[in-house]
Order: sequence, then structure tokens, then C-alpha cells
Amino acid sequence: MHPVLKLVVQRIALGLLLLLAVSAVIFLGVEALPGDTAQAILGQSATEQSLRNLREQMGLDQPALTRYFLWLGGVLTGDLGTALSNGADIAQSIGGRLGNTLFLAGCAAVIAVPLAILLGVVAARHAGRWPDKLISGITLTTISLPEFVAAYFVIYLLTQVIPLFQPVSMVLPGMGFWARLNAVALPVIVLVLVVLAHMMRMTRAAILNVMQSAYIETAELKGLTPMQVVWRHAFPNAIAPVVSVVMINLAYLVVGVVVVEVVFSYNALGKYLVDHVTKRDLPVVQAVGLIFAAVYIFLNMAADIISIIANPRLRHPK
Amino acid sequence: MRMPLSAMLGLILTGGFVLVAIFAQQIAPYAIDSTVGGVWDSPSATHLLGTDTIGRDILSRLIYGAQITIFVALCASVLSFSLGTFLGFVAAVRGGWVDQFLSRLVDLVIAIPSLIVALVLLSVLPLNLTVLILVIGVLDSTRVFRLSRAVAMDIAVMDYIEAARLRGERQSWIIFREILPNALSPLVAEFGLRFIFAILFISTLSFLGLGIQPPLTDWGGMVGENKGGLIYGKSAALVPAGAIALLAISVNLVADWILSRTSSLKGGRGG
Repeated sequence: MHPVLKLVVQRIALGLLLLLAVSAVIFLGVEALPGDTAQAILGQSATEQSLRNLREQMGLDQPALTRYFLWLGGVLTGDLGTALSNGADIAQSIGGRLGNTLFLAGCAAVIAVPLAILLGVVAARHAGRWPDKLISGITLTTISLPEFVAAYFVIYLLTQVIPLFQPVSMVLPGMGFWARLNAVALPVIVLVLVVLAHMMRMTRAAILNVMQSAYIETAELKGLTPMQVVWRHAFPNAIAPVVSVVMINLAYLVVGVVVVEVVFSYNALGKYLVDHVTKRDLPVVQAVGLIFAAVYIFLNMAADIISIIANPRLRHPK
Repeated sequence: MRMPLSAMLGLILTGGFVLVAIFAQQIAPYAIDSTVGGVWDSPSATHLLGTDTIGRDILSRLIYGAQITIFVALCASVLSFSLGTFLGFVAAVRGGWVDQFLSRLVDLVIAIPSLIVALVLLSVLPLNLTVLILVIGVLDSTRVFRLSRAVAMDIAVMDYIEAARLRGERQSWIIFREILPNALSPLVAEFGLRFIFAILFISTLSFLGLGIQPPLTDWGGMVGENKGGLIYGKSAALVPAGAIALLAISVNLVADWILSRTSSLKGGRGG
């Protein structure tokens, strides 16, 4: 087998194994903690008999390992069980919300990725001088802010100081594409701000790393203009690290989205998760937690695979 | 080496916040949960920062909030730091299956975003200070583990470690008396970063309503309580938000300075 293909297959296998282990942690790890689902539903005043009946009805009297495999089998076939708090089918509740979350994260990614790469290139090109210091200073500040703090500064600025947007993002079924886009404008701005800084700084570091290699010095010595050096020589070699930086930061976006959805009362997966943590609705939390973890693991895996494929040293084996 | 202005500023601000936290009971003008004014009063001479969503003095709550925020963040970062460093050193010194086991376990935890793990855990665990500190500290110790293991790996192959081993010193001696002093400088900057992370983490959890529970409060919780006012142009939520940002940035400035100092001491590329 070709070595690149072999590495990619290995990485995918590792990713799947990791996902399986994560599902076990999310299910069995939580089981091991103190707390009783039946007690949580019926409250402190429940009698011993009603507790036993409910446990039997929910299958809680079976060993944890059996329930784990039943749960895993359900997850694989798209059956995520029902919510404790209102008895709704979890898979159904997740369906539309997942779309909303992906729409929000997708919009943010479409803006943040090109912007971060452009700013990263500009900062690397002027490393150590004022454009670099300005960009680095601003991004260092935004890195220090948690998502919700950044969100409220943006809300105050864009709804009160300069009233451009509505502070709440309602996305209703049946809204047209442009109406939806207008509704998510503010959360998208916040998410872009939050991931932009990390993405830009890592892009800058990746490009500076390439800029220190010998062939760049040669290009400079033979008299090319700085911009030519960056675009013709540095950038092609920096693509692999930059793409992997982008992927890692998109994974980071997955977490940012949870908080931002709560801030804007945006009815999607992250808000659904937080609401059900408050209600202590374990089946929902486990299902949604697994989805977030799966997306995160998938994006990290994609980052690794792209850097494997983009590495020319692996493409031509000795 | 002279201290740069940014680091000085960061150190002064961080010190100021810590002092406010320590002497909260003495300097806060009002009690933490007494209603002393109207809803969202503007700043005035009696209420320097105005009042909040049910008429409590924001300055007082901010001061008490500093105490809780810094206390929880400090405990969590001390826990993550000592646990992570210790296990990282043990993994590096013992090697073999101990190292394999700990490293794979850490890989597994790092494979899921911390916030998601914390949310899953907090849907089962009771919400109190101890649980919050344990959850944040243990989750974050995975990052310290990776760094301290890497640092200790470099040190563990040095001649003086070999000499200590041949002298027949115990493993605990090697970890605490040989490796720890030599690994300290890179780890100190890491402590600052862990502290910031803990502040942001506890603030986010409290903002989501899953952190510090009433009657206590912290800055994240205060933002959550007052967020409704923003729609009516009441900026009460921005005060605690600004406090979080200011503290995080000041600690960042100090950590950045220590980081660049230690890397230049080791002849690294930082500067």
C-alpha cells in the first residue's frame, strides 16, 4: 500500500477508535458519578416502590455495560432515546437545531477563514513593525476575552451606540435565506471575532516558520520583491500548516457556538444542550455532547489528514 | 533585564484585583444581596456603578464577585497545576506502561472540548464550589500534563539525573529535588495561562447558570443577571464583563513577559 494512503487509513482508524472511547466516557463515566436518574425525575419525596418501578421501566436495573451497548446501538441507528424532561424524541429535536447550528458556524467560517489568512500574511510580511504590532495587539486582547464578554461588547456597540442590528436572533422555520442571514449577523460577527484571533496568530506563526527557511533567503538574495517572496515561495509551502490551523480553529468554533447561541437565544444545538444541563436531562446531554465531540474529533482528524497529504516528503517514498 | 511597561501595568492591575478580593468584606459599601436602590439606576454618588436588575449595588457585588472569581480560579489552577505537573513528571521518570496509560488517558480527555465535558459532568454532579473547582482543575490538568511531561523528558536524560539514580535516590527525590527546580521557570508562565483559563471557564459556566449559585455571585453570573438591560440601553452587564476582560488581559501581560524571559534565558527564539 502507498505510504500516504496507509497513514491516512491509520489516522481514520484512530479517529474512530477515539470516538468509540469518547462515547464510553460520556456514557459510563457519567454512570460512575454519584446521582440517580430515577431519583432526579421523581424528586426527593419518591417512595422506594415508585423508584424501583421507574428504574425497571427505564431499564435502569440492568448493568451499566448492557445499557451502554443498547445506547450505542441506538445512536448508530439514529435512535437517541427520549428526553426525561418532556418525553420528546431526542433525534427529532436535534434534527432542525443541528441545521441552525451548522448555518451559524458555517457563516462565521466563511468570513473568518479568508480574513484570518489575509491578516496573518500581512502580519508575517511586516513582522516586528507597526502593522504586525497593531494586529497582534488587537488579537491578543480578543483572545483574552471569553465568548460571552465579547458578545455583550459587540451587542452594546452595534445595537445601542450604533443601532444597526436587533439584539436577539430569532430564526423561524420558513424564513428565506436572506432573512436568516440578517438574523444571524450579530452572532456571526461575535464568532468571527472569537476565532479570528487564534486563527490569525497561528497563520502568522506558520508563515514566519516558513520564512526562516534557506530557500526564502535564496529568493530574497536573488532580488525578488518581498511580496513575490511571500506569494510565490512562502505561501505554497505554508498551505499545509495553514490548512491544519484553520481546521483546528473550526473545531474551536464548535465550542464558541454553544455560548454564543445562549447569548442570542438562538434556537440551536448549543442552547438545547445548556437548557437540558440545567434541567439535568441526562439522555439529551449525552446525545448532544456526543455530537459535539464527534464534530470536534472529525475536524481534528481532517486537519491531520490534510497535513499528511500535503507533506511532499511522504508522497515520494525512497 | 528591565521590566517592560506592559508587564508592569499587568502586575499592578493583577495585584490590585487580588487586594480587592482579599479585603472585599472591608471595602464593599453594601452587602452582597441587599436591595438598596431602584432597578438599573444610573451611576450616582451613593452607587458609584449604579444598581442591578433587582436594585442591588453593582460595585459591592463586583467586589464580592472578585473574591469568588479569583478564589475559584486560583484553587482550580493550583489543582490543575500540581496534579498535571506531578503526573507529567511521574510519566516522564517512570516511562513504560505508566507513561502510556497516563498519556492515552490525557489524549482521550483532550479529544473532547473542555466545555462540553464540563457540561456533561455538571448535568449529574451537584453544583457547589468544591465540584466546580474539581471539574475545572482536573479537566485543565491535562494541558499542564503535556507540557510538564515534555519538559521533564528533556531533563530526565541529563547527567545529574543519571548521577542521582546511580546514587540510589528514590523516585520522589528525583522528581521533587532534581527535576522540579530545573523545570520551574517554563512552568511558572504556564501557571499564569492556566489561571486565565480558569477565570474564563468559571465565568462562562456561571454565565450559563451552571457555575456559582445564588446568593453568592461571580462576574460571569453578574453578566448573566444583567444581560436583559442591554436591550433598553442599560449597560450594567458591561461592568462585570469589563472586569473579566481587564483581569484576563493583565494576567496575560504578566505571563507573556515571564514566557519571553524564560525562553530568552534558554537561548530560544522568543524576544
